[in-house]
Amino acid sequence: MNAPRLSKQVISLALVAPLLLFLIVFFALPLVTMMKSAVSDPVAARTLPATARSVSSWNRTSPPTVEMQAAFVADLRQISDDQLFGDLVRRLNSAKSGFRTLMPKTRKAALDTAGSIDLVALDKRWGDISYWQAVSVAASSTITDRNLLAAVDLQRDASGAIASLPADASANKAIMLRTFVMALTVTGACVLIGFPFAMIAASVDGWKRQLLLGAVLLPLWTSLLVRTAAWFILLQDRGLINSVLMQSGVTSSPIPLIFNRAGVIIAMTHVLLPFMVLPIFSVLIGIPKNLMPAAASLGAHPVRAFLNVLLPLGLRGVVSGSLLVFMSALGYYITPALIGGAKDQMISSVIAYYATGAANWGMAGALGLVLLAATMILYAIYLRLSSERETSP
Amino acid sequence: MKILNATLIVCALATTGTATAEARDLTVVSWGGNYQDAQRKIYFEPFAKQAGKPLLDESWDGGYGVLQAKVKAGVPNWDAVQVEAEELALGCADGIYEKVDWDKLGGKSKFLPAAVSDCGVGAIVWSTGISYDGDKLKQAPASWADFWDTKKIPGKRGLRKGAKYALEFALMADGVAADEVYSVLATPEGVDRAFKKLDELKPNIVWWEAGAQPLQLLSSGEVVMTTAYNGRISGLNRSEGKHFGFVFPGSIYAIDSWVVLKDSPNKDTAMDFIAYASKADNQSKLPEYIAYGLPNIEAGKLVPAKFQTELPTSPDNLKGAISLDVDFWTDNSEALTQRFNAWLAQ
Repeated sequence: MNAPRLSKQVISLALVAPLLLFLIVFFALPLVTMMKSAVSDPVAARTLPATARSVSSWNRTSPPTVEMQAAFVADLRQISDDQLFGDLVRRLNSAKSGFRTLMPKTRKAALDTAGSIDLVALDKRWGDISYWQAVSVAASSTITDRNLLAAVDLQRDASGAIASLPADASANKAIMLRTFVMALTVTGACVLIGFPFAMIAASVDGWKRQLLLGAVLLPLWTSLLVRTAAWFILLQDRGLINSVLMQSGVTSSPIPLIFNRAGVIIAMTHVLLPFMVLPIFSVLIGIPKNLMPAAASLGAHPVRAFLNVLLPLGLRGVVSGSLLVFMSALGYYITPALIGGAKDQMISSVIAYYATGAANWGMAGALGLVLLAATMILYAIYLRLSSERETSP
Repeated sequence: MKILNATLIVCALATTGTATAEARDLTVVSWGGNYQDAQRKIYFEPFAKQAGKPLLDESWDGGYGVLQAKVKAGVPNWDAVQVEAEELALGCADGIYEKVDWDKLGGKSKFLPAAVSDCGVGAIVWSTGISYDGDKLKQAPASWADFWDTKKIPGKRGLRKGAKYALEFALMADGVAADEVYSVLATPEGVDRAFKKLDELKPNIVWWEAGAQPLQLLSSGEVVMTTAYNGRISGLNRSEGKHFGFVFPGSIYAIDSWVVLKDSPNKDTAMDFIAYASKADNQSKLPEYIAYGLPNIEAGKLVPAKFQTELPTSPDNLKGAISLDVDFWTDNSEALTQRFNAWLAQ
């Protein structure tokens, strides 16, 4: 390689360096951290080393041995960092409810008395073997598939085999499926409204086009929360839409438009419409205006001309618009929370509960990972289909 | 020369040190709505004036993970936060709050015993219970059985979205005596029973999350009855001339506390603020705006008689009411929330 070429490469690398750095810091690193938190589970193994050694020979079905109990108490005495202890308690309690009150009590007893402690006498829960099973599972490994399994409604039973969770215990799969169905519905609605709108906007000029584009852009510049709140006011039982319908005599009682699926789809379609209209518009504007008259002069019916000429040419815009809308819709959180009912919540609300409510980052990471994987698979299928279409005559 | 250099370095360190400490104004976080409006008037603004420093106030909707993430990030961007009993217990065990200097507050004996903790100072005693619009509803509900009875009082009901409270209220509607609710709920059959009772009402429930929402739902007529926080109801009645009622029998009361997040850069000012908001003569102004009980015993006595009857801590209102079982919820919150979310999704 000669010197001028090398220096050129260095310069171009320096030019993209800010972008590269930005992508690594704000995109790649968080993504990796999220994936790692879904499977890493080091806290119990780190804080309970002696327990981990002594439970390795335990068969997890017989009553806990004296050595295990002594090792556990010794480990508790070693933990000096309260926040680390908190992490341990949270980890254990998410596997078995009860550790939250049990652990601080046990730790206090361990620190207050010097000798050996009869744990069962301290709290009868230590006589329950399922608590020891939870400790044993947590302490014996630093990685776990627990979160990933729970994210798709599965768990490991006492023998270690994968089994599905009871039907009323978890509904992540159903919510995940609902998220995809809702995102698809919104994308479909955006295409149906956005394509004709973009066609009209591309076919007129001057102030009419400015007005039409302004109608799309103006909402885009308004905060998402404000737009959602506006829909709340419009859609409620005594809101503008229902008052007009009832006063004009169309209905006698209000049509339920809020706290249900219809309301969420309406509001999300409105919020995401600009992302559909703008790509289609930018493609349509580049299509020569004389193509449609040319088709008509050859005797094509307007519908046929649209289907055979304009639609295939504009499809590229529809495709990129659909991708934008679908991907944004997958992560929606505020709109379903405010406009939707209990059956319209999407997976992001579950992720938010685990992150902000329960401080269970592993579970939040696992759900995010499953959503990412499912999206990637859909994207791969979509790429396959779109490339096939391009090669076919 | 060496000495000069050293002095320069010390000066530089000192200025950067103060610069980071002073970089952010004291940030106090509470629960929003008309409650925070009242707090702003009687605590935030007078304290800022007295201290001669600005005070920022923000609002939140709870969630232990929010606080934990802020502390784990290093320097938190909140200082004093008003938290629910569960978040106080969890965070105190995890060490994410600064320890309270009770001498600064005049000693623990000045406060209700339940409002005293190593990490937090009780701010209010508040109740969650049935509330309704007295102007629209001729026949007032009296119990949770009425709340569940959609034949007697048709219309939608509002409930706080979450397992906490919803399960307790469902059991009371199913005929469990108020003082036995937690012993029933501690058994798997009790939990099944609560969910079964919630099934009955499910098609008629509108779920809310922020404390200001139920007032809006009730005002707009979206629901005929809703669970709500008692103080906000009386606050709205006074400020907007509404006639909302609140049913104290069967309500659940709990204590919210002020905490200071660990490693807050404004730790001392935040503690001063808490001391200011806990002073008897400052705290006793609260019931005029919003009817919450006061943890400072002397403040409770200073409240004018006409406001006393509205407080959750008045003897009449305590009849038939129960206290939130914090231990139960710290243990079972995650498992029951997971089940509750699954139940919601079905």
